[in-house]
Amino acid sequence: MNWHAVRAIYLFEMARTRRTLLQSVLAPVITTSLYFVVFGSAIGARIPEVGGVSYGAFLVPGLIMLNLLTQSVSNASFGIFFPKFSRTIYELLSAPVSHFEIVLSYVGAAATKSILLSVIILATATFFVPLRIEHPLWMIGFLLLTAVSFSLLGFILGIWADNFEKLQLVPLLIITPLTFLGGSFYSIDMLPPLWRTITLFNPVVYLVSGFRWSFYGHADVAVGISLGMSLLFLAVFVGVATWMLRTGYRLKP
Amino acid sequence: MHPVISISGLSKTYASGFDALKGVDLDIRQGEIFALLGPNGAGKTTLISIVCGLVNPSVGRVTVGGHDIVRDYRAARAMIGLVPQELTTDAFETVWNTVSFSRGLFGKPPNPAYLERLLQDLSLWNKKDNKLLTLSGGMKRRVLIAKALSHEPQILFLDEPTAGVDVELRRDMWLLVRRLRDKGVTVILTTHYIEEAEEMADRIGVITRGELILVEDKATLMRKLGGKRLTLQLAAPLAQIPPALSNYGLTLAQGGKELVYRYEAEGEDSALVDLLRELAAAGIAFADLHTSQRSLEDIFVSLVSEREPGGEGAR
Repeated sequence: MNWHAVRAIYLFEMARTRRTLLQSVLAPVITTSLYFVVFGSAIGARIPEVGGVSYGAFLVPGLIMLNLLTQSVSNASFGIFFPKFSRTIYELLSAPVSHFEIVLSYVGAAATKSILLSVIILATATFFVPLRIEHPLWMIGFLLLTAVSFSLLGFILGIWADNFEKLQLVPLLIITPLTFLGGSFYSIDMLPPLWRTITLFNPVVYLVSGFRWSFYGHADVAVGISLGMSLLFLAVFVGVATWMLRTGYRLKP
Repeated sequence: MHPVISISGLSKTYASGFDALKGVDLDIRQGEIFALLGPNGAGKTTLISIVCGLVNPSVGRVTVGGHDIVRDYRAARAMIGLVPQELTTDAFETVWNTVSFSRGLFGKPPNPAYLERLLQDLSLWNKKDNKLLTLSGGMKRRVLIAKALSHEPQILFLDEPTAGVDVELRRDMWLLVRRLRDKGVTVILTTHYIEEAEEMADRIGVITRGELILVEDKATLMRKLGGKRLTLQLAAPLAQIPPALSNYGLTLAQGGKELVYRYEAEGEDSALVDLLRELAAAGIAFADLHTSQRSLEDIFVSLVSEREPGGEGAR
């Protein structure tokens, strides 16, 4: 293992995060607070309990997941896209680093950042709603698994995208709708049967449901299925990223 | 001695169908300065990029220090430093950070003393805390060299090192290259400036249209293809060469106003003295004369144009 390289890339990426601290930390925190105020307090006051908890509390895991997914994807995609765009990637490609080391450092840094954000949002949430976490280890497990998987997805996206437009398009057109429709703001049991069935094809449902179960012990789908689906995403993304690096897809002509 | 880089049967066809390299064989010797000379689009950068791992080869094999660049890429790449042609830097990083980053990336533990000396050598030390976007083009080029040398490589690739570089940097760069060679570092540079190769290189390879058409010691090349030329500015134009002088192989130029004599620079050639004596005897007076050595540029132009009936550069 070339640990010096892993450390160098990881610290480089984290330094980038520090440079953009305001936009990368403050913005998600403010947005999430707004969600709490608008959905949790203003509208939520008129919504009865969902799955045994207040709507405000019900929202928390969904909002954290929403942030975790979008932040993981955008951090990781930008992290690898930018060197490609500025052509500084020549150095990475000519360095004695393995594919695993590249993924470990870029994905590790992106996941670190999105997990930090999730923790901050979780802390912010305690100001708005009473929280309880029934299965903290599972919660951490889902957090890690989702952060790593979707940072990998971001990494894949960053390699695939050959311009800024594509880089923004996938999160905008795919990730955000899937999270909004994946039960971040509602229990899928609230949906009519047909829509409920359709929603089960949305992969994000399993992530949100599993994560929420770790908070309140209540889930839309069995937690084992959530875990299985999360692991499946991880496996698929690992497979795609490995293939990309092995063939040099859009990295090496 | 084993070559430090060995390239055999290397071909590259890009996805567009363009054949950038066609079966190149080349051995680079330990500690030499090798200049890869060729017009734009000849395949110089493709060749370097394959050796450094930026481009996948289509066919062929490359070893660096005996390590296969695909199977044993770690050992091969750790030996190499690459200065790319383009000025590509991370705008928001400081000089010190970007150079430290490069060292780590190539698997070396931090060594601030070495990096300080390196930055001093490249006149970058007083800019070490500057962000790269605040630096001039020449300074960025220096940073790229510092990055390439940050991990103490045994082989340095310089891709078009002096394109768009001022005189001072150019001089500094050549001093640096000489110092590196004295330390045993092998330097491979690509250029389309012939003076550069002529001034610096121990050996020269000429590449055009993806084919390496010649590899030769510079001295041998100059001797083999060189030769001198004496040009006499005649006092009165000649219509033709007088028969008495026919065995010198003279030619007339500038509508008979110049008489040109080609001869070998090597050896004790008395023909030149004989020629001048016979010219005087034939009553041909000249106002001025000068001799010139055939430069590498002439050699290069003739080599490349031999290959290409149009005489245009490869493209």
